[in-house]
Amino acid sequence: MMLIDCPNCGPRNETEFKFGGQAHVAYPADPHALSDKEWAQFLFYRKNPKGINAERWVHAMGCRKWFNALRDTVTYEFKAIYRAGEERPALQSTDGGTR
Amino acid sequence: MAKHSVIESTTELRRSPAAHLDQLMAAATVTGQRAVALREIAFSTQISLRAVPGSAGHQALAQATGVGLPQQVGQVSGDVSGTAVLWLGPDEFSVFNAAGEDLSPTLEAALAEHEGQVTDLSANRTVLELTGQAASLVLRKSCPADLHPRSFAVNQAITTTLANVPILLWRTTENGWYLMPRASFTEHVVHWLVDAMNEFASEPVI
Repeated sequence: MMLIDCPNCGPRNETEFKFGGQAHVAYPADPHALSDKEWAQFLFYRKNPKGINAERWVHAMGCRKWFNALRDTVTYEFKAIYRAGEERPALQSTDGGTR
Repeated sequence: MAKHSVIESTTELRRSPAAHLDQLMAAATVTGQRAVALREIAFSTQISLRAVPGSAGHQALAQATGVGLPQQVGQVSGDVSGTAVLWLGPDEFSVFNAAGEDLSPTLEAALAEHEGQVTDLSANRTVLELTGQAASLVLRKSCPADLHPRSFAVNQAITTTLANVPILLWRTTENGWYLMPRASFTEHVVHWLVDAMNEFASEPVI
């Protein structure tokens, strides 16, 4: 079982959280200007990296707030956690994560 | 057409979510070294407050509760004997009053036109009280939160899960806990706890 460090509540069991997909997917400035292909890209196409991935998470069974996290998709480790709206941090250290 | 009798007061007709489980809970009581008991505290007042810290609405509500508003996770303003305010999120709080005092007119008047929200949710959750030497052990069987006194002191409260359903968990005394499941989950939680308490009636097998 993994502990996830909620920015509001501190470390909590992973069962209290829900995954919310890739972070930093900006809504198009002018959706009407997009072609069908570009609109489909925005709606459905997401990265699937092996390694560090920026993701949205919500503390569904706790404070019910969304936050962002950098997670290693190979080891599942949470490498960094930051609040919604904040810049994606540059990874300082990859040792240990928040586990 | 049939003539309907007028109901004078609906208060006499209301039924708490665990009222029908009263005898089940009483029968599950364990005494002795590993004592644990479960009971329902029915018809308490619970009011949801929403206000962003630093806003005028937040200040107004903090004054109106009489005990302020908690600042961070785990904190409880006031305590179980009177009015208490539990921290649910950075901008979400739950006002609790065991005596069932109607606090919403005061709070609504205080919030007035400020940005925020006061909602009476007294019927949303019921309160189950788990007490006794073994109460923490019973909880630890199915609650993923850290219940050690080091990180969960008396008069702290958090939102977490018990038996996979969301609850508010409040440590009211060293060996006493308030569990607040939603009304519809109460039956499940009571049966789960009664089952969890069962083993403490027997001598531990080493």
